[in-house]
Parts: sequence; C-alpha cells; structure tokens
Amino acid sequence: MNAAVIVFPGSNCDRDVATALEQAMGKKPIMAWHGNADLPQVDLVVLPGGFSYGDYLRCGAMAAQSPVMREVVARAKSGTPVLGICNGFQVLTETGLLPGALMRNASLKFVCRDVTLRVEAANTKFTSHYAPGSLPRMTVAHGDGNYFADAATLDELEQSGRVAFRYVDDAGQATPEANPNGSARSIAGILNAAGNVLGMMPHPERHADPLLGGTDGKALFSSLVQALS
Amino acid sequence: MKARVHVTLKNGVLDPQGKAIGNALAGLGFGGVGDVRQGKFIELDIAETDAAKAREQVEQMCKRLLANTVIENYSIELG
Amino acid sequence: MSDPNSAITPEVVAAHGLTPEEYTRCLDALGRTPNLTELGIFSVMWSEHCSYKSSRVWLKQLPTTGPRVICGPGENAGVVDIGEGLAAVFKMESHNHPSYIEPYQGAATGVGGILRDVFTMGARPVAIMDPLRFGSPDHPKMRHLVSGVVAGIGGYGNCIGVPTVGGECSFHASYDGNILVNAMTVGLARADKIFYSAAAGIGNSVVYVGSKTGRDGIHGATMASAEFDDASEEKRPTVQVGDPFTEKLLLEACLELMAGDTIVAIQDMGAAGLTSSSVEMASKGGVGLELDLDSVPCRETGMTAYEMMLSESQERMLMILKPGLEDVGRKVFEKWGLDFAIIGKVTDTGRLVLRHKGAVVGDLPVDALTDAAPMYERPWEATPKRAPLPAQDVPAPDSIIGALTTLISCPDLSSKAWIWQQYDHTVMADTVARPGGDSAIVRIHGSNRGLAITTDCTPRYVHADPEAGGAQAVAEAWRNLTAVGALPLAVTDCMNFGNPQKPSVMGQFVGSIQGMSAACRALDFPVVSGNVSLYNETNGQAIQPTPAIGAIGLIDDLGQTVRHGLAPGLSLVLVGDTLGHLGSTLYLREVLGREDGPPPPVDLAAERRNGDFVRAGIRAGTIKACHDVSDGGLLVAVADMAMATGTGAQLSVPSGQLPHAFLFGEDQARYVVALAPEAVPGFETEARAAGVPVLRLGQSSGDQLIVEGHGTISISELKTRNEAWLPAYMARP
Repeated sequence: MNAAVIVFPGSNCDRDVATALEQAMGKKPIMAWHGNADLPQVDLVVLPGGFSYGDYLRCGAMAAQSPVMREVVARAKSGTPVLGICNGFQVLTETGLLPGALMRNASLKFVCRDVTLRVEAANTKFTSHYAPGSLPRMTVAHGDGNYFADAATLDELEQSGRVAFRYVDDAGQATPEANPNGSARSIAGILNAAGNVLGMMPHPERHADPLLGGTDGKALFSSLVQALS
Repeated sequence: MKARVHVTLKNGVLDPQGKAIGNALAGLGFGGVGDVRQGKFIELDIAETDAAKAREQVEQMCKRLLANTVIENYSIELG
Repeated sequence: MSDPNSAITPEVVAAHGLTPEEYTRCLDALGRTPNLTELGIFSVMWSEHCSYKSSRVWLKQLPTTGPRVICGPGENAGVVDIGEGLAAVFKMESHNHPSYIEPYQGAATGVGGILRDVFTMGARPVAIMDPLRFGSPDHPKMRHLVSGVVAGIGGYGNCIGVPTVGGECSFHASYDGNILVNAMTVGLARADKIFYSAAAGIGNSVVYVGSKTGRDGIHGATMASAEFDDASEEKRPTVQVGDPFTEKLLLEACLELMAGDTIVAIQDMGAAGLTSSSVEMASKGGVGLELDLDSVPCRETGMTAYEMMLSESQERMLMILKPGLEDVGRKVFEKWGLDFAIIGKVTDTGRLVLRHKGAVVGDLPVDALTDAAPMYERPWEATPKRAPLPAQDVPAPDSIIGALTTLISCPDLSSKAWIWQQYDHTVMADTVARPGGDSAIVRIHGSNRGLAITTDCTPRYVHADPEAGGAQAVAEAWRNLTAVGALPLAVTDCMNFGNPQKPSVMGQFVGSIQGMSAACRALDFPVVSGNVSLYNETNGQAIQPTPAIGAIGLIDDLGQTVRHGLAPGLSLVLVGDTLGHLGSTLYLREVLGREDGPPPPVDLAAERRNGDFVRAGIRAGTIKACHDVSDGGLLVAVADMAMATGTGAQLSVPSGQLPHAFLFGEDQARYVVALAPEAVPGFETEARAAGVPVLRLGQSSGDQLIVEGHGTISISELKTRNEAWLPAYMARP
C-alpha cells in the first residue's frame, strides 16, 4: 500500500500522521508538496491537520484552491480513498467533496482535549476495525470544528449511513456537554456518498501510541491498510 | 477600479461571534440592539476598467474563493 | 519625529529615553552630534531591554557553565548537550508591557519572538511554556487581559504547530497595572549543528529574510524600559501584530537552509529589529557591516532610515551567507514564499554604515553601541528581614476540610484547564505528560527519551525575602523535574521587577540573584539563557518581584517516569522534613487574609539529598506516583494526587504536630510519594541510610479524601470546586 500526505504551507500535523501511517503500513508515505500538481499514483491520499495558508479568509479555503487539490479532487471522484483530518476535513468541505461546512466553535474558543466518539459507520474502508457503536477516545484540537449543514443534508447523511463518528459522553450518549464545538447532531466525521472520502475533526494520529495517552486511533489506520493492501 | 466585497453568513446559519458582540454591547449598556451578524469586508484593486466585466470577474472570485456559498452570502460594490 | 533633519534638542533626547548623562556619553563615543537615525539607534541599543545596563553587573554572579553546557547566556538561546548527538536549545522571555496594552497581539508576538530565538540557533521548537501573572481578579480590566493573553498565546502556538505544554497562572493585586506574560520555548538540534550570531568573512553578504518591514512597534524596546503611567494606553500603535503563518514558513525555510552548509551566522530581528540584530552580529564577530537600506523589503511606502532601523515588524531574520551561496538561500526562501534580499556586506571597519537614497545616513562605531553602553551599579537596599511567625501564633481554621476547599478553589490553585484547553498541547504527537502535572514531558522525537519542562516562581516568597525566594524558585523547578523522574539539566530565567532606580527594588533584584545563584550552584543547575524585564511599575507601585525560572531535565527512559495521580491500594509516604512553616503561605493569605511572615527557609543540601533519593526511587520503579509539595502544603498536594485520577486517600496527622501547620505548612524539599505497601519498609531503610527523612502518611483507596480526626470530602466534590472558579470568573458578564 502507498499513501501520500499532502503538505500545504501551514500544515502542522503532516509529520504526526506520517508517523502513524508508517507504523500501520510498514513504510513511509510520500510527502506531497501543495505546489506540485503531479501527484504520484497512490492508494490513499491524506490531508493533514494544521493551519493551511494560516487559515486566513476561511479555514481550508485557500488550500482547496491549490494546484495539488485539483488532482486530489479528480482522484477522489474516480474512487481513490481520501482521508481529511481536522484542517483536512475543512479543506474537503471547501472543495465540495464533502457536504456542509465547519464553522467557528460555539464557544468561540480553540479547544484541545480528549473526546469520546461513537463509531456510527463501521462498514467502511476507514473504520472496519472498529466495532459498530464502539467508543474510541481521540483528541480534538481546533477553533473551527462546528459542523454545519442544512437539515435536508443532515437527514440525508444520517439516512445513508454517512455519519462516521459522533461526539458522545462516556456512556455513549450524544449530549451537549460531550460536544466540544457545537456541531450539528454531534457530528465528528462524515463520508461522501461513494464512501471513499472521510473527513473528521478528531485526530486519530494523536492516539496511536500508548505513551501518548491511548491507541484508539490505530484501528483507523489498520482498517485502511487491510482494505488497501 | 476598486471592488468592495461584503461576505455575510446566510440567514439561518448560527453566528456565535455576532451573538457574542450583541451580548457585549448589551453589557456595555447599549440597549435596543437586536440581532447582530458579523461578516467580512474585502477590498480589491482590479485592473479591469469595464464595470460589467469587472463585476463578472469579482463574482467568480466570490464563488470560487472569497465566500463559502454553503454558509455565506456576498455582495459586490464597484467604483 | 522621524524627519531625519530634525534638530537633536534635549526634548528629542528625552523622548528617546536617554538621560542627559547618557546623551553626553553618546556624544563622547561618537565624537560628534548624532543625526536622528543615529540617536534612535543609540537609544534602543542603550535601552534597558538591549543593554541590561542595570542588571549586567549582577547577572554575572549566576553560574553559567557546566559539563553539559554548549552555549550559555549571550546568544539567542542557551544550548545544553542531551546526549546521542543532540542538544536542547531553550530560553524564556517576557512580553509584559505590550501584553498589557494589547493582550492578544502582545502575547502572540511574545510567543513568536521566543520561538524565533530558538530556531535561529538551528533547533526545531518542540514545546512552549507560559508563566502568566495577572492582577486581582476584581480589577476591571483583568478578565479582558486574561482572555486576550490566553487567546494570543494559543493563536500563535496553535497555528505554528508547536505544543504549549504548560506554564503557571496566578493572580495578585501587585500586577494590576503590569501583568507578566513570560514565554519559554524548548527546541531540539543536532549538537554539532548549532548556529550562532557572530558575523564573519569580510565581503560576505548580509541577507534579510522573512516578512516585509512596516512601521510597527517602533520603539517597543524603549517602551519595555520605562514605567507605565495612565497615558501609556495611548501608545497602542507601537504594538506589533504577529503572523504565525509566516513564522511557520520562516521556521521551515530556516531549518531547510540550515540542513545544508550555507549560513555563516544568523540572528533574529526581535526587539529593536534591524538595529539590534545588525549591531549584535557585528559586535560578536568583531567586524563592521554596511547596509543598503534601499534594498530592505518594505511593506509601506516612504519609510525613512529611522523607521526601517527601529521597526519591530515580526517574523524577520538577518543572516550572513557563505560567499557565492546566495542563490542557494534565495531558492529555499522563495520556495516558501518569503522575502529574501541582500541588503549589505560584512566589512573590516568595525562600523555600522547605513546608506539610503545615495547618501550615508548613519555611520557609527559598533563598539560604542555595545561595549561603551552605560552600565550602572545602581544603589540598592537589602529587603528588611521579616519577624519570625511561629506556627503556634497562627490561628487554626474552623475546619481543616473547609480550609482545604478554600485553598483548592482560590484563583492561584484552581484548575487552569480553561486555559490549557485553548492551547494545542498534543500537536507534534510527542507530548507524554500534558499540562497540570509537576513537569510536562515531551518525547525526543523518534526515541524513548524525553525532556521534562517546568516553570516556577513564588512571588510572595520573593517579596518577603528576595534571597530565600530566589533560591526557592530554582529549588522548586529542580524538584518539579525530579518529581517525574528527570535529571535536572539547566535553567533559563526571566527576571521581572519594578523600577531599578529605586534602591528597594534594586535590592529585590540583587537578593534574588544571590539566592538563585546559590541554589543553581548547590544543585548543579547552570543558567544558560535569560531575560530581564524592569520597570514593571505603574504610578509608583511595583509588582511583586518575580524571577521566573524555566528549567529542563532529561529522561533517559520514558518507561521510568511517574505522574502525580494516585492508583488505589498504595501507601503514601512524605519525603522531607515538616516543621510546619506558615509564614507567607497560601494558607495565611487565602484562609486568614494575611500576607506576613518570612517565607519557608530553603535548605539546599536537603533539597539535593531528598531529590536524588526520590529520583532513584522513581527510576528503580519503587515509586508509583510522586508530587512535589509546594503552594498550599501537604494536604493540597495529596488532594491534587487524588483529583488527578479520582482515587481517594486516607491520611493521619502525627501526634505532637499542630494539624494546620502540618497540613498547610509550606516547608521545602518535600515530596509525597506512593508506593506498594510491601515496598515501604525497604524504602524507609534506604532513606535512613541516605539521611533522608520519611514519614508514613496513610494510603490511597476509595473515592474520598479522609483526614483522620478532621473530616472527609469526596474527590468528586473536590474536583468540582477546583474546576469551578476560572470558568465561572471568565463567564461573568
């Protein structure tokens, strides 16, 4: 399996996700600079977290227009799996590969803390190593993770099983207190209609090492390795 | 020619910053302030001199980058 | 003001912060009247911020060398050997005055500046720490300041992607007019690839990289060297605006260029911008520089030489490149979308020569700006010693549990999660111990080794007795590193004081240095970098003296560290002697509303003995949890340990001890450790052999904190109270 991590100016979780991918795949991913439109053939494209272009104008807006993204969009449309984490999720909504938008956190403050997620869709390339309804812990670290879409879009996401993760409490309940950013229906991650594009605000790569507080994020990477090798 | 673009959140999209501003104004004793919405103002210096063409150009800029039409409206002023 | 032809009147000299004596000295050094640009350069180079004119004579007393020290004070940051070919590069700095005027940008640019100091030396920053001191929570501006400072620190650190892993946050009315925003950065570099600032190679190009120059922050360095009065709030335009995105690009571009062999010398343009960077590079290298100001990338039109030389626009660097390699450098910076301009060359004249629009607009001997800078032995008065305050003269509380809840919910001890949850503390995926413990721990990337990092100072002790307080700040930092199992390596300091022209304030400075110096020597804990911030004073009211200590320690095996959280079924043992010292304690201040009495004495030999013993116990695996005993004393320490994991504890007060003195006294050199019950007798035997006092306190179990004979409280209630104050305070309308 080959993976590429796209590096935008201002990406800052590119190394972190590359480390987690290397652990899962047994080899280093390709680090692809945003200015190069010629993306090598890979089995997985990852858009990492960070502040691409400083997140000026709107989070992810300028990265979505960069040369490499034209190619990423084309690949995604032809079926290549694309994973967007945090800023990567914001970029994916800005390109239109995923519906909705990520707005300023309801608290108006950046939030960095561990959250509990509920796996809503376990039958995907990204999540097959999670039991349905299981409650992995991951870290969120963002100022703009408040998922917004109109009611019709949200209904459609729910009905087609495209909500991948929701923020819940330790008992698995989606309460307002467990929702770190005010996301509609406590949504933490969503899939596109074809199931090959996942965007999520929490960082699985920060929970892929027992020294760092947990390994619940590893199943996401191992799911991908199994599906794509 | 100068183009001035106002980007605002669509009606129905929650604007927590606008709400916070409204609360702060009330805290400062400014009564009678209803809904507050915060937006962006972007000023562009463009080479195009034909107003219609300029508007079309800025329209494209808004659609492709300056506004996220999922959540935002925009308006353009030329001159 | 910036008209180059304006006459140098006494008013102009005074507006530049130079005294008439200093101006005479300037005339002597130059041999003629300076023009306005030259006067501006003198004023910033001779400001307290750049010249350390009041503090230099005393700073020399601090120990700055040691077997691991690669580079001590004087460069952009200190460098310490951490083995396996690597070095830790770190420094702490203040951004107090700008943060009071514009808290978001002041704090943000403080973080930006200290990050640059570290990556200028070739290190990748891996952690940020921020000790913050605010005024009384009831002060009308304070909530706005807390909110702005915290958002500014987060806004910069989060964007650049360096984790903010801890710091301190306390409140005292003495900071009402002068909050303290200190920021520390730690970076990692190859020990054989450290970059310094000494310019060399006659004819080599002087290169400007980073952001363009604007009119921001002109005279920030002189502002940081003057007392505030009510008119200072008018000085808003001098505050710089930070651009963390550009700094991220600058960081990556510098590290990319540093991986090759292109750079002779490099210096951050911090306070006093192009002036101090060029003068310091020339001075350190014993050379001259000729700068062509027409080549300086400018953001605004019509900038004068004066403005260019004094601008404090952020995210800029000055470099000397090896001959013929300019294009290698240009390619890297252009890839990252940053400005790259050759603005001058190294000369053998020993002079700083400035050309602008075809004319020489400044021509100054470099050594006049540095070596000839004034150095003051300011008169000082030792702080009078306070009368002893025996524990039996201090009233007991109505209830021990009531006093405990008062303490853990007071502004200084209440949980600071509201703050650090706004900081990305886990980016870079190497944060092993997050904020809230004795020390943060970051893994050395790709290894099983780590660095422990802490910042400490107890200003009320320093205020009561500067020498004891200075020693205590160092000792507490050393103890916090030890408490996670790290070997303490070295110190950076940030000396925040009032007006040094007052003998009482200067006496606080001198006493602090003496105490710090003694502690650093006794603990083999050299000072490798630092910063001095004076004139933290408003309308004649000085802050409590605050010599903030930042320190790092080395962990050779991340499997051999502990945290402070309790697990059930362990025995609790107190290491170190308890005399029940209540003078200048938090108990006295928060429960009894008094701030009298001397601070606890610091026995440096006992610190070392007890700490070495605890560290060995952690490394051997005997100690399962450990917490240093500091603010609030023993019972607060045990409560912290219980709240960290939700496991309760039961402890008893030994007969013959005054309960409130035993439980809330702040005697130094103490740790609470948790061990398996069967390990206790062996631990006691070893302690006796090492001359370390130990005392059985009780055990961990259940979900309550029980003080035998004095009451019980559930851990969940403790946590609720501990976590309530700050969010409630910040949510007040």
